[in-house]
Amino acid sequence: MNAPANIDSWTVAGRTFTSRLIVGTGKYKSLEQNAAAVAASGAEIVTVAVRRVNLTDPNAPKLTDYIDPKVITYLPNTAGCFTAEEAIRTLRLAREAGGWTLVKLEVLAEAKTLYPDMIETVRATELLTREGFEVMVYCTDDPIMAKRCEDAGAVAIMPLGAPIGSGLGVQNPVTIRLIVEGAKVPVLVDAGVGTASDAAFAMELGCDGVLMNTAIAGAKDPILMARAMKAAVESGRLAYRAGRMQKRRYADPSSPLAGLI
Amino acid sequence: MSETETHSIKVNGEHRRVASGTSVAALVGELGLDPARVAVERNLEIVPRSTLAEVLVEDGDDYEIVHFVGGG
Repeated sequence: MNAPANIDSWTVAGRTFTSRLIVGTGKYKSLEQNAAAVAASGAEIVTVAVRRVNLTDPNAPKLTDYIDPKVITYLPNTAGCFTAEEAIRTLRLAREAGGWTLVKLEVLAEAKTLYPDMIETVRATELLTREGFEVMVYCTDDPIMAKRCEDAGAVAIMPLGAPIGSGLGVQNPVTIRLIVEGAKVPVLVDAGVGTASDAAFAMELGCDGVLMNTAIAGAKDPILMARAMKAAVESGRLAYRAGRMQKRRYADPSSPLAGLI
Repeated sequence: MSETETHSIKVNGEHRRVASGTSVAALVGELGLDPARVAVERNLEIVPRSTLAEVLVEDGDDYEIVHFVGGG
């Protein structure tokens, strides 16, 4: 395998992207900063939430004024939904608002851990797929559950690296790798990335991409961190494709021993 | 001059009164919103954008009007 270094796209539900970094659009100080961070990240997909319009100030600045959905793919999420029914209701509204069928499903079990409820998640994946949605599924880092999601129709599997917003990095590389090896659809680490090395590490495990929000929005300088994440995802991917050296338990000199004076 | 009949409805959880005969499209306009950028749910059913002008607001209707905001 000797693929050219500059062509390395990935495809989800028939749509091809060059950037392997998906970024969230929450928690930014301003819409200007949010847009600048998205630009710096090179992301071609952003996650967005569906919420009630502001009736007291209908002319308040809107996300769509700053991040153009014609240029950047909007991936509506179901953040805050705790049952399959709530998630389905939210995504039907998202489909009507934007006309998109590619969506991110997350059905959470409880507010404390924001851990996904996999029973509801699998059920919602099935129902949404039947309705014509293309569902990228946020799930636990459990290879069996990931498979269940895929069987239910998921177009991408998105296991958590660590709890949402925790910035702890990939806690379970063994199961993330098992998920990658077992999946026929793209696998993206979603949630838990805290800094650039976490993103690179996820990519080195063979993930197709990484989705993050707080790691960028919560950095002191979100735009600089967006650049860092872009570089990290690209580096991690290149390292994965390059195939890393074998680990050794002892030293091995880099300079020849022959001809030593 | 007879008083205009009004309907009592809820929009995003808030009570409102609108004149009878108001279409959902007119309601959205009255709220200062761009129908191309929102989705409307009426009594838990989506009102497709293409039919907003045809569907009339009825007394007791419960609306949710949503759009995209930042999220992760």
